[in-house]
Amino acid sequence: MSLAAIDWGFILTQSVTQAFDFNAVVYALAAIGLNVHFGYAGLLNFGQVGFVAMGAYGMGLSITLWQLNPFLAVIVGMIFAAIFALILGLPTLRLRSDYLAIVTIAAAEIVRLIARSTVMRPITRGAEGLNEFIGPFRDLSPFSASQTYGIGPIEWRGSQFFAVVVGWVLVGLSLLLVAQLMRSPWGRVVKAIREDEDAARALGKNAYWYKLQALILGGVIGGLGGMVQALGNATVQPDFFVAPLTFFFWLVLILGGVGRVWAPVFGAVVYWFMITFIQNTGRQMVDAGMIPTSIMDTSQIDQIRFWIVGAALALLMVFRPQGFFGSREEMALDAR
Amino acid sequence: MTPAEQLADIAAEPGVSKPDPILVVDNVTRAFGGLKAVDVDHLEVQRGVITALIGPNGAGKTTFFNLLTGFDQPDTGNAVFDGDVASGQSSHELARKGMVRTFQLTKALTKLSVIENMKLGATHQRGEHFFTALFSPLWNVQEKEIESRADALLERFKLDHMRDEYAGTMSGGQRKLLEMARSLMADPTLVMLDEPMAGVNPALTQSLLEHVKSLRSEGITVMFVEHDMDVVRDISDWVVVMAEGRIIAEGPPDSIGSNQQVIDAYLGSHHDSALDLDADLLGGES
Repeated sequence: MSLAAIDWGFILTQSVTQAFDFNAVVYALAAIGLNVHFGYAGLLNFGQVGFVAMGAYGMGLSITLWQLNPFLAVIVGMIFAAIFALILGLPTLRLRSDYLAIVTIAAAEIVRLIARSTVMRPITRGAEGLNEFIGPFRDLSPFSASQTYGIGPIEWRGSQFFAVVVGWVLVGLSLLLVAQLMRSPWGRVVKAIREDEDAARALGKNAYWYKLQALILGGVIGGLGGMVQALGNATVQPDFFVAPLTFFFWLVLILGGVGRVWAPVFGAVVYWFMITFIQNTGRQMVDAGMIPTSIMDTSQIDQIRFWIVGAALALLMVFRPQGFFGSREEMALDAR
Repeated sequence: MTPAEQLADIAAEPGVSKPDPILVVDNVTRAFGGLKAVDVDHLEVQRGVITALIGPNGAGKTTFFNLLTGFDQPDTGNAVFDGDVASGQSSHELARKGMVRTFQLTKALTKLSVIENMKLGATHQRGEHFFTALFSPLWNVQEKEIESRADALLERFKLDHMRDEYAGTMSGGQRKLLEMARSLMADPTLVMLDEPMAGVNPALTQSLLEHVKSLRSEGITVMFVEHDMDVVRDISDWVVVMAEGRIIAEGPPDSIGSNQQVIDAYLGSHHDSALDLDADLLGGES
């Protein structure tokens, strides 16, 4: 019964691997999209997982249904996400921001339920999901499926390493795109609309059109996250895209700091590190008998880790409400 | 010819025609349920002068302003701005054509710096299009040009020391100045000010007044809603009085105080003494 019984090396390796795995990429991309929506344009999107699903299904169906080449499939995935943005945005963005919030949370569930419905089975394979799209992507991969790749003890199987590499490249490109846009006059208009839509309109800016552009941009970036998910798991399952996932994307965004270019990526990495660290540490403590099974067994750690993350987030909000990268000064302006 | 001279021979009656109107309003009505908030038969706003829009609470001044600036659409009638039918156009289209408004409750964009607030005001920015925004060389030169114009205006409005501060850190009066300066970035021909002096301390009122007058000397037409009669008398060349949605009187500022219709509107129709244009009496609303 001592700390020596715990294999810290293993735990750290696992945690760092997860922090940079394709799952963290999915969260990072979805949160970068949310950051465009909420952090810059002030749009309340509670259905980001719907955009993620549209990206994944767009890419998957392009191959299983239309036999397109993989690059076109990615573009179709982006178009799917953009169309979803238009469907949500066209009717609601003329109204107050609450309307978008209500519509998005419902629409994301509608996407999942349609995809898993029996009627759609000939197309989406229902609850079983799409599985036969991965071949063309595997053919593109320069990594051998039988080998492992990585740095030191942090390594991935070749099949997944492809998704990890593609994912981080997409994260990098998305960050460059967002950073450039937000320092341009386009970004200035979008931020002005977040602050006060009427003021922007009185100065000749078409607020509706800019909000629509921002919704599409953030949605397409979220859609890329869906594609990375599809590549990494080699499957597109409707029940991956459940509504609560959106709130984990929000968690990641708030953890990093709303309205900061880098923040969502940082948030995603920290989140996945924490989750994995707590899970592995807890499991080893139970296995070593440090926590009696009468209190907790290994199967309960999955729940406990969310308690701990939740408590950590609550503490963060108390002591650092702006997140890791946010500006306290900016935050204080809201209170005026 | 000074603006006052241009208006000297014009009869002081509602709906009178003027030599060079920038804005012509015909049969504009707007009802909210059973209440007809605005019902204006005819109004012309003379180019290059300062026109004040006054009236008791609930007269429909702000609704009328919203109709003129595209923030609301009239049920009937139309307005013609600079020879171009304005009704049915949205607020941002009108702003691009030179009709820029400010708000009764100032709208400083609090989490943008003062200079960013200013730069936002410039219209026809190449970098405001999504795809051109991606390539800085396409908008860098214009951006520098806009920035130097913004800096010059900040200096003129004595806000240059706040240049890089968040607009949210400004006082109420500074925000009014910022909003006025920002509207000038759009190169307006007609500036519509909704209660520009509301909630501003007396010292700053003077400086705001001077700025409004300087707009006129630059050839910009100004129309503003105001309650303080001293302000109205001091800077306006022409006064339009609204009550219960209708325009009940028009005329040079000196003629308005003795107009029986105006006295009735403010004090009730059984009052028989001449109206003393007392700031406290008319300026009770804020």
